[in-house]
Amino acid sequence: MLIYSLKRLGIAVLVAIAVSLITFSLLRLSGDPAAALAGESATQEDIEYVRKQYGLDRSLPVQYLDWAVKALQGDLGVSIYLKQPVIEVIKERAPVTMKLGGIALTFALLLSIPLGVLAAMRPNTIFDRAALTLAVFGQALPSFFFALILIVIFGVQLRWLPITGNASWQNYIMPAIALGYYATPAIMRLTRAGMMDVLASDYVRTARAKGLRPKVVLFKHALRNAVIPVVSVSAVQLGFMLGGSVVIETIFAINGLGRFAWQSIQRSDFQAMQAIVLTFAIFYVLATYFADLLNAFLDPRIRVTG
Amino acid sequence: MAIADRADSLPSAESILEPSPAALLRKRMFGHAGFTIGGGFLLIILLMAIFAPVLAPHDPLGQDLANRYIPPVWDAKGSWEHPFGTDKFGRDYLSRIMYGARISLLIGFVVMLISGVIGTAMGIAAGYFGGRVDMIITFFITTRLAMPVVLIALAVIAIVGSSLNIVIGVLGLLIWDRFAVVMRSATQQVRNLDYVAAAEAAGCSTLRILMTEIMPNVLNALIVVATLEVAHAILLEAALSFLGLGVQPPEPSWGLMVSEGKGDMYFKTWVIAIPGTALFLLVLSINLLGDGIRDITAPENRN
Repeated sequence: MLIYSLKRLGIAVLVAIAVSLITFSLLRLSGDPAAALAGESATQEDIEYVRKQYGLDRSLPVQYLDWAVKALQGDLGVSIYLKQPVIEVIKERAPVTMKLGGIALTFALLLSIPLGVLAAMRPNTIFDRAALTLAVFGQALPSFFFALILIVIFGVQLRWLPITGNASWQNYIMPAIALGYYATPAIMRLTRAGMMDVLASDYVRTARAKGLRPKVVLFKHALRNAVIPVVSVSAVQLGFMLGGSVVIETIFAINGLGRFAWQSIQRSDFQAMQAIVLTFAIFYVLATYFADLLNAFLDPRIRVTG
Repeated sequence: MAIADRADSLPSAESILEPSPAALLRKRMFGHAGFTIGGGFLLIILLMAIFAPVLAPHDPLGQDLANRYIPPVWDAKGSWEHPFGTDKFGRDYLSRIMYGARISLLIGFVVMLISGVIGTAMGIAAGYFGGRVDMIITFFITTRLAMPVVLIALAVIAIVGSSLNIVIGVLGLLIWDRFAVVMRSATQQVRNLDYVAAAEAAGCSTLRILMTEIMPNVLNALIVVATLEVAHAILLEAALSFLGLGVQPPEPSWGLMVSEGKGDMYFKTWVIAIPGTALFLLVLSINLLGDGIRDITAPENRN
């Protein structure tokens, strides 16, 4: 187990490094940060001055190493438009996005696992068909459009929920639904398929034959094994949700990382963009890492062969 | 009596003759509700997009400031002159929806082609060669998955500048991950089958084995992913355009139309509802078609 987790951790670190390297090159090769820093009205001399000041005249590998060494010490540069160290902005805003992502994933799991289990217990009934249809419909609904519909119905017409900001817990309801519903089809299908496999397995038949109560069989024997693949997919979906937070936080004016990302993009804030992408990548890598460990814990076979 | 019974139970001529594979396929295709509905609807949208210049009642870019915000025909104040109404510049919404279908379909298809070539090559290489190649490609896939697509696409487009080609290129280079993952596992399954070993023993070149032994057997999985990725690309383009960094005004991208209507959505909900629903229906029909193809080509893998 220790070797397994160390191996996974090593890969996670390599992935984070690779993402930072790719993002760095992408942002540098597709534009001139000095020109962006100097602003629209800057002359050629201004740009050259800025280039020297920020060390942007050095070669890219040197710049990257410089950035990486500072990043390891917790210095991610200064946000151009907030005039504040990027790391502080991220510390301030990351909890908001984590909260949003957490609620969104909880919503997705609470909706999709029961639906998946119920569908698996009554395969090919009207209920099963309805759940699958719901999944297909959900997957086709663009999240920004869904978010706007929620705002029009629950925010404006019914006036049940606040439509912007993140001051109270009610502010998180609509964004979390708009962010989380997109994960439900995948998780529901996976739960259903996993549950159907498990319910047909020998050990469930044995458990039933022993005369265990159906509830015990269902929750203790079947569900635990059926959700193993759901754990990995939930981690991946959480990663997608972080990406989607750019759109949803912008729509609902939630001051999280996603909105910060959007603001940085609009202002060509290279330092901030680089740092945010890295933060999202680290979140994703950590989420999948813990999902792998949880899987290994739930299914001993993974520990041995993985 | 026994004889009469036996005569009755004799199989008819039709059932002795096995239906041809093509007939079986046809039966499965048209017996599958999702495939028929999705395919049919997609065909309608496709025709609408192709013949937009003939079908569209107005110029999609033509402004008519005297006729702004005309509600759609189902509204009491609507008229057949503008069945879907007009936007804040008096542009005919139906015409814009028709031309918008061209943008969505074009982007979805070309992005799928680009990402499909990259992802399929990577997935097949990883699945066929295994070992170190597989390790490196799997690492690439993991790295790609760790990068938030929307954010990277927005950042690059914001710097390079936005145009149809840029959006297509950026998305194409970003969303090859599902192709790679699916093609990798499909190839792994085929790789150890006897006919691949036979081809190897017969001295076929690697390229030949990949093209004539592996490729045809992973094609079904490839078609299914390709279909779903068209839908994925369409949704991403809509999101980018919604945020203002995708297709640029005055082009009638559906995502951009939702964005342009956002300010008026409280009192004129149809300005976002019409392009949003169009997007939903297009993606829904593509997904239904993709699910249908999967069920039809691999009935044993249903669920």
